[in-house]
Amino acid sequence: MATFTFTGGVHPYDGKELTKDKPIQVILPQGELVYPLSQHIGAPAVPIVKKGDRVLAGQKIAEASAFVSVPVHASVSGVVKAIESRRVAAGEMVQSIVVENDGRYEEAPPMAPLVPEKSTREELIERIKEAGIVGMGGAGFPTFIKLSPPKPDKIEYVIANCSECEPYLTSDYRRMKEEPEKLVGGLKTVLCLFPKAHGILAVEDNKKDCVELLKELVKDEKRISVRALKTKYPQGAERQLIYAVTGRRINSSMLPADAGCVVNNVDTLAAVYAAVAEGKPLTGRIITVTGDAIRRPCNFNVRTGTSFRELIEGAGGFRVTPAKLIAGGPMMGISLFDLDVPATKTTSAILALSRDDVSDMPSTACIRCGRCVEVCPGRVLPVKLMEAALHGDEETFLKLNGMECCECGCCSYICPARRPLTQTIKSMRKQQLAKRKNR
Amino acid sequence: MADLHKVSSNPHVRSRLNTGAIMSAVVLALLPAAGYGIYNFGSRAFFMILVTVCSTVMTEFLFGLYKKRQTIGDLSAVVTGLLLAMNLPVTVPFWMAALGGVFAILVVKCLFGGLGQNFMNPALAARCFLLISFPAYMTNFTTDAYTGATPLAALKAGEEIHILDMVIGRTGGTIGETSAAALLAGAAFLLLLGIIDLRIPASYLLTFTVFAGVFGGRGFDVAYLAAQLAGGGLLLGAFFMATDYTTRPVTKAGQYVYGVLLGILTGVFRFFGSAAEGVSYAILLGNLLVPLIEKATVPKAFGKGRGRYEK
Repeated sequence: MATFTFTGGVHPYDGKELTKDKPIQVILPQGELVYPLSQHIGAPAVPIVKKGDRVLAGQKIAEASAFVSVPVHASVSGVVKAIESRRVAAGEMVQSIVVENDGRYEEAPPMAPLVPEKSTREELIERIKEAGIVGMGGAGFPTFIKLSPPKPDKIEYVIANCSECEPYLTSDYRRMKEEPEKLVGGLKTVLCLFPKAHGILAVEDNKKDCVELLKELVKDEKRISVRALKTKYPQGAERQLIYAVTGRRINSSMLPADAGCVVNNVDTLAAVYAAVAEGKPLTGRIITVTGDAIRRPCNFNVRTGTSFRELIEGAGGFRVTPAKLIAGGPMMGISLFDLDVPATKTTSAILALSRDDVSDMPSTACIRCGRCVEVCPGRVLPVKLMEAALHGDEETFLKLNGMECCECGCCSYICPARRPLTQTIKSMRKQQLAKRKNR
Repeated sequence: MADLHKVSSNPHVRSRLNTGAIMSAVVLALLPAAGYGIYNFGSRAFFMILVTVCSTVMTEFLFGLYKKRQTIGDLSAVVTGLLLAMNLPVTVPFWMAALGGVFAILVVKCLFGGLGQNFMNPALAARCFLLISFPAYMTNFTTDAYTGATPLAALKAGEEIHILDMVIGRTGGTIGETSAAALLAGAAFLLLLGIIDLRIPASYLLTFTVFAGVFGGRGFDVAYLAAQLAGGGLLLGAFFMATDYTTRPVTKAGQYVYGVLLGILTGVFRFFGSAAEGVSYAILLGNLLVPLIEKATVPKAFGKGRGRYEK
């Protein structure tokens, strides 16, 4: 099998065997659910319910407030308890709608199902927006905007990002294994928006069973093919994925559409399918609860707004005291200091590790071994960028293409001196981005 | 908020390979050649290694006491000491070897900021320091076993040499440079582990071979070229000193440039200089040019420049 990839990258311990064979379990939330108004990139949604209102599962409770914004839906039936700021996984306080679950799960009437082939472009885009769909791989960029490039005819490839290169995560894998037709259905729907595009299901070759399964499923589809990619982190990073599949290279200031591509994650495409074919808004997702500190690692079908604490209890609680808790995977996830945060549209995993490499392995002197340069998928010089960042030397940082870093974490992972390369470069990038914004 | 957990920016996992492990691998890779040196030159070679390693490690330890920060655990001083001994004739006085160790660690490494900050290879700088200070001792390769010139000096004088002796290492020379086979075995070990790669050694040796063929005076005579490659410190230098992380360029393109440069410099020193040897000076000179090479070979970022996708 020919495989496609990019240069650089690393092979961290992938931990997927913990949950790979655990079928998706539905977990029902208890007590209150928290819906942050900002679960996406862009303007926060504005509440359209008030304290004391009764809401139903699937009912829209907050409205998009600007062009780059999407609505938020309740995932259970119950009464709005408060609209106040609550802590989210990223650590900050975000204005949220809190709903007390009445345990009846009464559903709001779904939207009318659409047949993608017979619907107009505007109808489909409007539906994807109304369903509150965002990029569920982690970024949370509103999907309807991604699907509305200025020239839809120029899109040649719609890539389904099924690589799931982040260690420990198996939510996409389970989705592909258990409900591949939803993924393919979503891809077919998106293809209706781009008449000249070819659909590609890009899967890492550590999921051979999925490659076979998907191939079988799309064997009669003229516009869809399956591509096996080399298993390597960060194979699923947008720019690296586009390169692996099409051979086209884009930089940080270009959009995938500039290379004639649209990239969507597995769960996002499944959500598109549910919104269009079943009229269901986005109110849940698959979350992997895993790590060596979890008693029974598993994959949950979670209603958004469920507390992380409940999910961990659902997985049997902690086996040992965790040294580190992470929302997402170990390479790009966000570490948590508190478990009382809600699962949102972009929560792909909760990871509890019994040891924390970062505090266990103090950083020592750089020996200029150049491993960071070897593994950098962005082909920059992390060692030099870190030096520039530590010295506050913006000019050198920009000259050495510091803004091209995608913060994938490969350099910090591989560094034998355990230098905080990604972290330092990330801080400098943040400063530079803030400067650009304020100019 | 009852239970606060540790937080940090991503990534949250680290590879197991650390600096100490890399240095241990280099020490292991040097053992065949060092071991052959002991076999070849007798127990004095063993004590020479002991003296230089103790000297480098002690110097770093004492400097660590002064700076109140101990760094001997990373084993880099052991590598320096071992390399230094392998670059010395077995006949030099022990105090001289110890002095070389102090110079390598104190002057070349610690005073410039310690591990990773030295701009020259410490072992080579110490060797050249000794060579300039005590030329008679440092060029005396006469031992009980070998009374003649080193193979390269013999070659320069136009005498015949035995290539098989050079491959095995049955010749005069510094402690660690004589056995081509042992050096290559160590190099293969490092290549297999991914501690070094072929970019620098291959471009270095290839350039030197071509240079020797053109300017060596014997054309592309295979036996002559093989003797030039196996002789002197070339293999030791190409695989173990030119690949020294700290003093070689970190850019991939820069590593090729550096290798080619070393090949030319070694050739110039060997064929146009007065000495038969040239590897040490070539590498030290190359070390000094590393910042310039790095500046000139900054790679194009992914999706920038000519590789960028355009309609």
